[in-house]
Amino acid sequence: MIECVDVAKRFGSTVVLTGVTARIEAGEIFAVIGPSGSGKSTLLRLIDLLDTPTGGTIRIGGTDIHREPERGLAVRRMMGMVFQKPAAFNTTVYENIAVGLRFRGVGEAAIREKVKEVLRMVGLAGYEERRARTLSGGEMQRVALARAIVIEPDILLMDEPTANLDPVSVALIEDLVLRINRDRGTTIVFSTHDMYQGQRLAHRVGVLMKGVFAQVGSPREVFTLPASREVARFVGVENIVDGVVVSENGSSAVDVGGIRIRARSPFGAGEAVALCIRSEDIRIAPADGGAAAPGRNVLSGTVAAIVPRGPFSRVTVDCGFMITSILSWKKVDDLDIREGSQVEVSFAPESVHVVRRE
Amino acid sequence: MYEIIEGFIEATKLIATFDPDVMAIAARSIIVSFTATIAATLISVPLGAAISFGSFRGKKSLINLIQTLYSLPTVIVGLLIFLLISRVGPFGFMRLLFTPTAMIIAQTVLILPIMTGLTIAALSGVDPVIRDTLYSLGATRLQFLVNIMKEARFAILMAVAVGFGRAISEVGAAILVGGNIMASSFASSTRTLTTAISLETSMGNIPTSIALGIILLAIALGVNLAITRIQHR
Repeated sequence: MIECVDVAKRFGSTVVLTGVTARIEAGEIFAVIGPSGSGKSTLLRLIDLLDTPTGGTIRIGGTDIHREPERGLAVRRMMGMVFQKPAAFNTTVYENIAVGLRFRGVGEAAIREKVKEVLRMVGLAGYEERRARTLSGGEMQRVALARAIVIEPDILLMDEPTANLDPVSVALIEDLVLRINRDRGTTIVFSTHDMYQGQRLAHRVGVLMKGVFAQVGSPREVFTLPASREVARFVGVENIVDGVVVSENGSSAVDVGGIRIRARSPFGAGEAVALCIRSEDIRIAPADGGAAAPGRNVLSGTVAAIVPRGPFSRVTVDCGFMITSILSWKKVDDLDIREGSQVEVSFAPESVHVVRRE
Repeated sequence: MYEIIEGFIEATKLIATFDPDVMAIAARSIIVSFTATIAATLISVPLGAAISFGSFRGKKSLINLIQTLYSLPTVIVGLLIFLLISRVGPFGFMRLLFTPTAMIIAQTVLILPIMTGLTIAALSGVDPVIRDTLYSLGATRLQFLVNIMKEARFAILMAVAVGFGRAISEVGAAILVGGNIMASSFASSTRTLTTAISLETSMGNIPTSIALGIILLAIALGVNLAITRIQHR
């Protein structure tokens, strides 16, 4: 449906996108995630014809949208866009939402009907006559969403639609996104720097870093098998350890500063790699804990820090390199560990995801 | 000192009794300047929009030039229009010199730059996200322009009010091309508040000057109140 091939954009000498390639299917929810300044907004603006790329092609339904200006209006009318900081037209909520319908020549009776319906959908029933400029940020963003979906676009683009909003509005907007996609089959592309939001809503996510997609895949793939050290860091893998692949009795292992760690990897001996280990996959046992399950990596170390984090504690152990695990408070009490305690850290070779270092 | 106080008392009488001469002059001033403002609005708003949304070479310089012309001296405009419509001028055949029409033309020219400049400022003051939103909602070029104007309506009204204020308070152009004539018929007279004040004062007719001055101030005050109200929207 939306095809980006080598899309590049620079503003003067500032390069924002260097070569974005992705294919977004019809009816899909696609999240563009990435740190601030990675070019997420720019990509959405290029798709919505608000900016012109300096290289590459964007095709929607086979049409090269930036090379057929005479189809520009028709293409733009297939899409709705919600901006990160919505702007209200200085009039009533009703008129704000009616604008897109007016542009399309919809009759007043039909407009009244549709506006009423969409206001109900965004949880603002009865807000028709309010002045849009007097609404709160969350209400205004919902009006902006209503304004974009009332025209029933094939493609809904949303640029960080829930950044800086109250939790009620965030939940409502997320719920609505899922519903519109399910009920109308609308293709939805949204950007976010909140990777968990990407995980909650999207069928697939693209991780935009330094102007290219560092990885495109299902949320599960991206979260468990990040393609690079940078992606791993961005999606919240807490343990990223640098090492070098060595050969050990035919099975592969990684040498981390003299410590051997068994891990599956497609890389040959001598390759510089990074090990990504999710902290929830790491177990901690007392130093005299006896035999760990066979086959696991077992390292001894000293507890360096215990930091509370919600209902859990984040325990960092120095095993020659720092490794962090997440334990419940009760588990910390049962283990009777504190800073300076000797412990054994263990994790399965399958829990280690190995990526090549650039 | 006594003369001034006496002048005020006389002036109050002239206004309170609706002195026909004073009222005619005030009405003429308002009609001439209001017409000029309408004409200037019809030109400056589309022109401002064209400059604001157009992309062409020398756009910045053009805007700079327009801003410089904000302080266009009124007598220069008067002289320019005088040269154009005097008997020997290119438009002399139209016999416009010393008519209210001539004053309307001069005042229109006078306030065009400031109204165009303020229209450009009003349009560029519209939040860029509003523009993006209009485009993304599928506006045609015309729909886009109409809606941007709607967003900028208060700022554009401001431009109109400022233009009217400058037109009604100027004296240089009105006296040069109008001639401060008090003829038998209302329509062929060209005496306005400002030209009358300058004449009456030089003739020592202080109470009439003060009365006309108070009316002019009241009109200026009214315009200012309107501007303030617009700004507080």
